[in-house]
Amino acid sequence: MTATRDDHGRFPFETIIGLEVHVQLKTVSKLFCRCSTKFGAAPNTQICPVCLGLPGALPVINQQAIELSIRAGLALNCRIPEFTKWDRKQYFYPDLPKGYQISQYDLPICAEGYLDLPETDTGEAAKRIGLFRAHLEEDAGKSMHDETGGLTQSRIDLNRCGTPLLEIVTKPDLRSAEEARRFLLELKLLLTHLEISDCEMQEGSLRVDANVNLHISAGNQKVVTPIVEIKNMNSFRAVERAIGFESLRQYDEWEETGATIQTVSKRTFGWNDVREQTFVQREKEESADYRYFPDPDLIPVALPAERVDAIRAALGELPSQTRTRFETQYQLKPYDADVIVNQGPTLVRYFEAVAKVAGDAKRTSAWIQQDVMRTLKEQQCELNDFPIAAPTLGQLLRKVTEGSLDNARARDVFQYLLRHGGTLDEATKALGIEAVDQSELDLLCDRLLAENAKVIDDVRGGKQQALGALIGQAKRINPNVNPGQLRQRLLEKINAV
Amino acid sequence: MTVPLDSAAQLSQLLTSGEATAVEVAQEALRRIEASEPAINAFNHVAGEAVIRQAEELDKRRSAGQPLGRLAGIPVAVKDVLCTTEMPTTCASRMLRDYMSPYDATVIAKLRAADALLIGKTNMDEFAMGASTENSACGPTYNPWDRTRTPGGSSGGAAAAVAACDVPLSLGSDTGGSIRQPAAFCGITGMKPTYGRVSRYGLVAFASSLDQIGPMSWDAADNALLMSVIAGHDPRDSTSLPAAVDDYSLAVAQADVRGMRIGVIRDQLENPGLDDDARQAVQAAIDVFRDAGAELIDVRFQYSRYWVPTYYIIAPCEASSNLSRYDGAHYGFRSLGTREVVQKFGPLMAMYCHSRDDGFGPEVKRRIMLGTYALSEGYAAKYYTKALSVRRLIRQDYDDAFAKVDILLGPVTPTPAFRLGEKMDDPLQMYLCDLFTVGANLAGLPALAVPAGKTADALPVGIQLQAAPLHEPALYRAAGAFQQATEHHTRRPPQ
Amino acid sequence: MAFSEQEIRQLARLARLELTAEEVRMVGPQLERILEFVQQLAELNTDQVEPMTTALDIQNCWAADQVADGLQRSAALANAPQADGEHFLVPPVLPGGNG
Repeated sequence: MTATRDDHGRFPFETIIGLEVHVQLKTVSKLFCRCSTKFGAAPNTQICPVCLGLPGALPVINQQAIELSIRAGLALNCRIPEFTKWDRKQYFYPDLPKGYQISQYDLPICAEGYLDLPETDTGEAAKRIGLFRAHLEEDAGKSMHDETGGLTQSRIDLNRCGTPLLEIVTKPDLRSAEEARRFLLELKLLLTHLEISDCEMQEGSLRVDANVNLHISAGNQKVVTPIVEIKNMNSFRAVERAIGFESLRQYDEWEETGATIQTVSKRTFGWNDVREQTFVQREKEESADYRYFPDPDLIPVALPAERVDAIRAALGELPSQTRTRFETQYQLKPYDADVIVNQGPTLVRYFEAVAKVAGDAKRTSAWIQQDVMRTLKEQQCELNDFPIAAPTLGQLLRKVTEGSLDNARARDVFQYLLRHGGTLDEATKALGIEAVDQSELDLLCDRLLAENAKVIDDVRGGKQQALGALIGQAKRINPNVNPGQLRQRLLEKINAV
Repeated sequence: MTVPLDSAAQLSQLLTSGEATAVEVAQEALRRIEASEPAINAFNHVAGEAVIRQAEELDKRRSAGQPLGRLAGIPVAVKDVLCTTEMPTTCASRMLRDYMSPYDATVIAKLRAADALLIGKTNMDEFAMGASTENSACGPTYNPWDRTRTPGGSSGGAAAAVAACDVPLSLGSDTGGSIRQPAAFCGITGMKPTYGRVSRYGLVAFASSLDQIGPMSWDAADNALLMSVIAGHDPRDSTSLPAAVDDYSLAVAQADVRGMRIGVIRDQLENPGLDDDARQAVQAAIDVFRDAGAELIDVRFQYSRYWVPTYYIIAPCEASSNLSRYDGAHYGFRSLGTREVVQKFGPLMAMYCHSRDDGFGPEVKRRIMLGTYALSEGYAAKYYTKALSVRRLIRQDYDDAFAKVDILLGPVTPTPAFRLGEKMDDPLQMYLCDLFTVGANLAGLPALAVPAGKTADALPVGIQLQAAPLHEPALYRAAGAFQQATEHHTRRPPQ
Repeated sequence: MAFSEQEIRQLARLARLELTAEEVRMVGPQLERILEFVQQLAELNTDQVEPMTTALDIQNCWAADQVADGLQRSAALANAPQADGEHFLVPPVLPGGNG
């Protein structure tokens, strides 16, 4: 079949994307020494002979880094080989004081795996993204060069040097910028859920490089464009935009120059977030010769199946499993389950605690999505600092479900609790909310019907909406009255007359 | 009274009995060093006043009846490849000319805890690469037996300091023979322990999978004393063995080889490169051990001719990587380079290349080049991986041997101490000095050089004893027996 | 095995050594001799032999994830060829450059 050009004058093309994601593991100390990994310390205050690469210093592996890597590998459906080892990757750079990075070359801690992306509410189908591997390595320090300041020197801060990184390498299975973003969101959810990493791109605890090229169906022929690796993207949005920009740039480049993967070798591009453009960083991939070889200062790591199984058993429920359970156990719609689960484990726990007391998962889901999440966003606070404890919200929603409180009054209580905290009883008392008993309700109905004879006629004539005026009056007389109950009692009385 | 600077055991006795004070010992050692240094050049740094102050402290503690460490008041010299606070650590390189380590190596911490007097840092081949201590930014060390000759290397300064009777004990490091060869050349006893027996933390790395620190002394008893102080597991060194430490002094005192099966490495004795004096020393030792009740068994190594080629791939590969950290960025020597190079490659590249070219000596650069080549793309399989495979065959040879014998007996070096300058123009000839010693490093097992004879020119000749991993006690037992029966270890160079 | 001067210079660049013309002339033949010597290993068939990277037969040495004191900044910078009291200073790292 011959491909023809679309409305933009382009032949059909497919964007082929593979990601290399570096995540900082949540250990308190570094990968090969016991310096703190805390973010934001004064320069060169978290260093020691080992991470400074001083003569004679030797590395000792952090056990927790192994643990977290295996946890990540299992969650990413990777095979955990029984044996892993350390290799030196050699290159010179001022933020790498040993002249080599301790990494893993041919025997990574996590072998082949995959991550499933859930179906989206916008109709994107579920998709499995393959992973080549995930390996552990030490981070480098930071070099800063202030070009505008006209400095003749670069400044080196080695605080970050030696922080454990897990590098996750996907297969070239992603087909769009949006899909890349979905992958990253799902990965972040999984890794934060399992407390493997904070995954904060702003703080550098998650970093992404994207390898991008196009398969263009031009007339009768299939064209493959040269691979470009995009670096320096500092948010998920930037990743999405950079890939989007780059795929069109590659298309245009091919139209202009005819460059294909056969004629141009891999290049490295940066992403300018302000101009929203990719730009050439390295024209031709320098034929780097890293001279990998096993690090003789470290001994191999044996990971017997029992140890891996124990970690697997301790993993608990993963986000994808929670989604499915929410759909079956609570009968939530996939979209609602997705929204709650995507907020992370703290909200998941909150939801379940509220639903248990409220006895109504759907109402809980609605309140959490509308009231709780909106409040968190407006007040820019974390759920851990949220003033309404799960049991309190649960009791409030139970009253709504039972009918002893209407939605509007419940929202008043919610607002009161937000401002003042405290228990549900304190809030209702403070707001003067008391249950209206049957005799009070009867008295109120009789009074209203006596004063509004026309309404009785209207209702009898089939105009039930006429009751609305009575309910309004009733609320003014006694704000605690439940509109539903009132309506039902009024109808009973009108029909009984 | 004279202070016997050639015996830690005697010094210890005098200090314990109160016949000598630590201050007297320290002063005598410093005087002795001052007198011998112009002719020997064994030291890159001598501690001086600091040692006297430490000795005063020790004497106070002793008179107050406080408990003291096993090496209390004994002067110990350490190779300048061991990191020390308070003294520079230069590795005899321009690269680290002014370098002060902010931490002590584990063995240094152990020496301090044992109350040893850290008297100074000894000369060596730059970054421990060499067999003559001529590759030193501090000038060559001269052999106390014959000052026209080398003391061997790379721990030549540590060997010469003992041989010159400056100190009774020193620490060297041995990657391919760097303790045993200088010990043999200087007529002293030198131990290369099992790989992993002594912590490498704070030992400036040459070839990490081969390096070990070890003691040097006149006799086996002193050697065992220092060994028992430095041996043991260290959580800072991932390659450190967790096994308990044996009583090495007891092993020397037992001095018993009755029933011990001693393998004579026949192919080494038949090696055409082996000097007659060295062969005769081994022959004589065979008789000594037989007379002492040992069973002598001939052993042949299938792969011994591949030891040196294997070693000269693996060691430079690891060295090229270990020495990458000396790049002028964070510590050590920096040269910004010529304008021409800055313009051509940029200021950072120029700094790297010039700092390293000006900071390293020729042998170090040669090995960096060799190792870089042997690890580079397209050549790693042919050289590096190949050498690792042969390394396993070499270890297999040893395993087969130790299935039949308890220890092995052979020569340490093909020749006695050669003349200074003799091999400086021919790297390969220098490498062949390691002919009989690199096997123990490749296989990771303990090996002991023991004085065992002399040439017509009265130059010392040694023998080498080797054992299975962690079988140091067997070596000390055999050396104890040998030194009971012989007097080679009591011979001193002419003053 | 014969190295051209160009090959020696390339190798030196990879090792970050700015060899003088004299050094380039000398080191080539020396490397050739050494490589010829170590080439003896090619005589051995090692297809079935697993490479031996260490003489140790122990595995798994690790430390608990606990923070311990490192170096004071002043101590860390004390040996630096150039520092500004907070950072190590090096010749400018040019953007996109790889050293």
